[in-house]
Amino acid sequence: MRQEWTTFKGGIWEKEINVRDFIQKNYTPYDGDDSFLVGPTEATKELWAQVMDLTEQERAKGGVLDMDTKIISTITSHGPGYLNKDKETIVGFQTDKPFKRSLQPYGGIRMAVKACEDNGYHVDPEVVDFFTKHRKTHNAGVFDAYTPEMRACRSSHIITGLPDAYGRGRIIGDYRRVALYGVDRLIEDKQEQKDSTRTIMYSDVTREREELSEQIRALQELKELGQIYGFDISRPAANVQEAIQWLYFGYLAAIKEQNGAAMSLGRTSTFIDIYAERDLANGTFTEEQIQEFVDHFIMKLRLVKFARTPEYNALFSGDPTWVTESIGGMGIDGRSMVTKMSYRYLHTLENLGTAPEPNLTVLWSTRLPENFKRFCAKTSIVSSSIQYENDDLMRVTHGDDYAIACCVSSMRVGKEMQFFGARANLAKCLLYAINGGIDEVSGKQVGPEYRPITSEYLDYDEVMKRFDDMMKWLARVYVNTLNIIHYMHDKYCYERIQMALHDKKVTRWFATGIAGLSVVADSLSAIKYAKVKTIRNEKGIVVDYQVEGDFPKYGNDDDRVDDIAYDIVHKFMNHIKGNHTYRGGIPTTSILTITSNVVYGKATGSTPDGRKGGEPFAPGANPMHHRDSHGAVASLSSVSKLPFKDAQDGISNTFSIIPGALGKDDAVFFDDIAFELGSDCACCEPSYAEDEE
Amino acid sequence: MAELKFGRIHSTESFGTVDGPGVRFVVFFQGCPMRCQYCHNPDTWEMKSGTEMSVEQLLEQYNRNKTFYRKGGITATGGEPLMQLEFLTELFAAAKEQGIHTCLDTSGIAYRKSRTEKFQKLFKVTDLVLLDIKHSLPEGHETLTGQKQEHILEFLDALDQAKIPVVIRHVVVPGITDGDEELTALGRILAPHRNIRGLEILPYHTMGIAKYKNLGLDYPLEGVPQMEPEAAKQAKAKILAVIKECRNK
Repeated sequence: MRQEWTTFKGGIWEKEINVRDFIQKNYTPYDGDDSFLVGPTEATKELWAQVMDLTEQERAKGGVLDMDTKIISTITSHGPGYLNKDKETIVGFQTDKPFKRSLQPYGGIRMAVKACEDNGYHVDPEVVDFFTKHRKTHNAGVFDAYTPEMRACRSSHIITGLPDAYGRGRIIGDYRRVALYGVDRLIEDKQEQKDSTRTIMYSDVTREREELSEQIRALQELKELGQIYGFDISRPAANVQEAIQWLYFGYLAAIKEQNGAAMSLGRTSTFIDIYAERDLANGTFTEEQIQEFVDHFIMKLRLVKFARTPEYNALFSGDPTWVTESIGGMGIDGRSMVTKMSYRYLHTLENLGTAPEPNLTVLWSTRLPENFKRFCAKTSIVSSSIQYENDDLMRVTHGDDYAIACCVSSMRVGKEMQFFGARANLAKCLLYAINGGIDEVSGKQVGPEYRPITSEYLDYDEVMKRFDDMMKWLARVYVNTLNIIHYMHDKYCYERIQMALHDKKVTRWFATGIAGLSVVADSLSAIKYAKVKTIRNEKGIVVDYQVEGDFPKYGNDDDRVDDIAYDIVHKFMNHIKGNHTYRGGIPTTSILTITSNVVYGKATGSTPDGRKGGEPFAPGANPMHHRDSHGAVASLSSVSKLPFKDAQDGISNTFSIIPGALGKDDAVFFDDIAFELGSDCACCEPSYAEDEE
Repeated sequence: MAELKFGRIHSTESFGTVDGPGVRFVVFFQGCPMRCQYCHNPDTWEMKSGTEMSVEQLLEQYNRNKTFYRKGGITATGGEPLMQLEFLTELFAAAKEQGIHTCLDTSGIAYRKSRTEKFQKLFKVTDLVLLDIKHSLPEGHETLTGQKQEHILEFLDALDQAKIPVVIRHVVVPGITDGDEELTALGRILAPHRNIRGLEILPYHTMGIAKYKNLGLDYPLEGVPQMEPEAAKQAKAKILAVIKECRNK
């Protein structure tokens, strides 16, 4: 056994690249409470004060403190950067200093130039010239291949947020491999993969060989990145500090190469905990030191920054990086995967204060240890910064070593990746069905010239039939647009280092998405259960609707409308599946416009549910604002009826509640009087059958 | 038991978190004889309005989402649920049959010793009572609620005899229930009852005012300020101290 691995329990992971096997053989589930946690060290406090100061400067300067305008960002493009070299226990920035955004033109030079210009910077003309004349970008490739129909759909916003001018993201490298195996072993493995490709050079074999070569080159550069900061990461990490540092170098290499829409981290805490447990047992490090490493690591993840345009930020309501880290969940052998490290990661919300990034996501199971559930609840109440996802649902298809990319997209780490597909605006699609493919905002013929609806009042069966036809058309244009995008992204903006941290055989999810689901469900419900009158402009295009009478609204646990929502998702997904997908991608869809619902609503005319033109959609799978009137459970129930098998890329529901509405302060309720009066409180706990679910 | 087809229900809430343990399905009964000056649900007073709902309908709503209520259950509140004693008993009996935790949020005003038998039936299917004692002194009670206090105290005795766990709720209103005399009296009322499992002291708030305006009613406590949560904590400490003192004698 390698020297760095002594005391680890061996297994298949020694012979092949298999992080899951290593974790399963070596991790220690923790079901204790949070009392072992420690506060921030002086160094942590000083560094964080420095970050807060820089954040203030950045805000004062209008959102960007510094940008690189000359050096193209690569894994090894920049010298070392520090906040304070003597105080940082985990190091590495995207450029030569913190808060300086890197220049990443491979996705599209126009976007890179605009991001700089909008923030008062100017990209070096030689760089612009080079990426215009000599080196084609992803964006240029896509527009060479787009059809006029695709371009029309794009500009009328029936297909929105397409990753055709920036990095697609949503790929998670298995950064843990860097720590466990060291880069040399990973290169060896990739070399072996390259030596064992098929031997007749069909285009896919040729591409595979070229990609493997790129991956090996990226790994070589990753080693160099370590050297720039004074580390030899060709060998495995030998302790917890190195494990975090090695892993972070892997991630850093990815964000130096890719300005993706979501650059998620994976599922690292339980892996890292194995090293921490060993170091604690050996006396190598104390709890204080280990928490300090974690605090400094999370601090780095909070400082991931990309050069982006104001429009991009409007689409995503801010400047998100989606550094999602998945925590907890259950193992398929029934053991909880919560470790002390799960607590330490979440504890950074207290040590460093609350923050939206990294996007700490708890994989929730009813079977998680009670102490951990309480700790999560407590931390949520104080920080409002934890995302929860249903592990019991996802574990069924993805096992126990999957992670979330972006907000809800689940994938097995190092074994599956996703082609990010933005989303189709189904509310607009419904309007196209009514207007025979004419865009209600521009008046242009964007969709096919199907027969429009000419009656004054809308008939449910007639609308439904037209809508189904229009969805079929939309699914075709949409999937084909994505086929072009992913072909070009692979060609001109390939994720070398992230794919180097994947197996040779990768499952590719072909993601699509739906926007405006609740608008469509309520609109169809209004047409079915109330009377909806069309209001036309002088050209006969329906531009507004008048709803007469009441109708069941999605979000009230009412099957009459919830069934409509179910049907739409199911039908649209079937239409998606009817199309050819690039590179054998398996089609999925998501209902998760968490932040872009405002922008999509702006581009969409009035809808038959009574929503006026330009008004926002509800986010994700949420019911429309103020239409759910039977309390949170009824609202959540409507959402939970959506078919997950048709929307495996995820269904999101944004849920805000004032803390007071979540229950009483424990100080006011049962506990204290029972204590004071010495009586038994057990009878206040309702009895319930465990198997009731 | 006489089969009562329907109860008069003001509304239901699918996500109740403040009326009993866990997440609960809360049924607001229509109708209340009390006219508490600080009532924040005056729209539930009227006996004849509301929607008619059957036990089956209510439990069907509950069962659709029972996963959410695993650690909770069903809570009857109002209005005054005891005004529809038979329907309430049927609802709770059916709930208990399905293993659902039942919680009654009441003022106890409708209790009568003469109807002991009927109340015994209810007690058999009630897991927890949230008893809202409005005022600890008889005169004060009548002024504040328009009703006498004696039946409420009898109700507390009956719950004790039936060994039903009780959580006491009490709103402290500046100038009305927050005096030393009132708090001491409350402590003395509670001290002998070993079935009391919790004491919830709620600071008076003025969020009900808008509802009175909507219903065209005058707000009786116009000008009375909200109570600070801190003051409510002190009031609770005072009551607990009296209970302790009484019990140690």
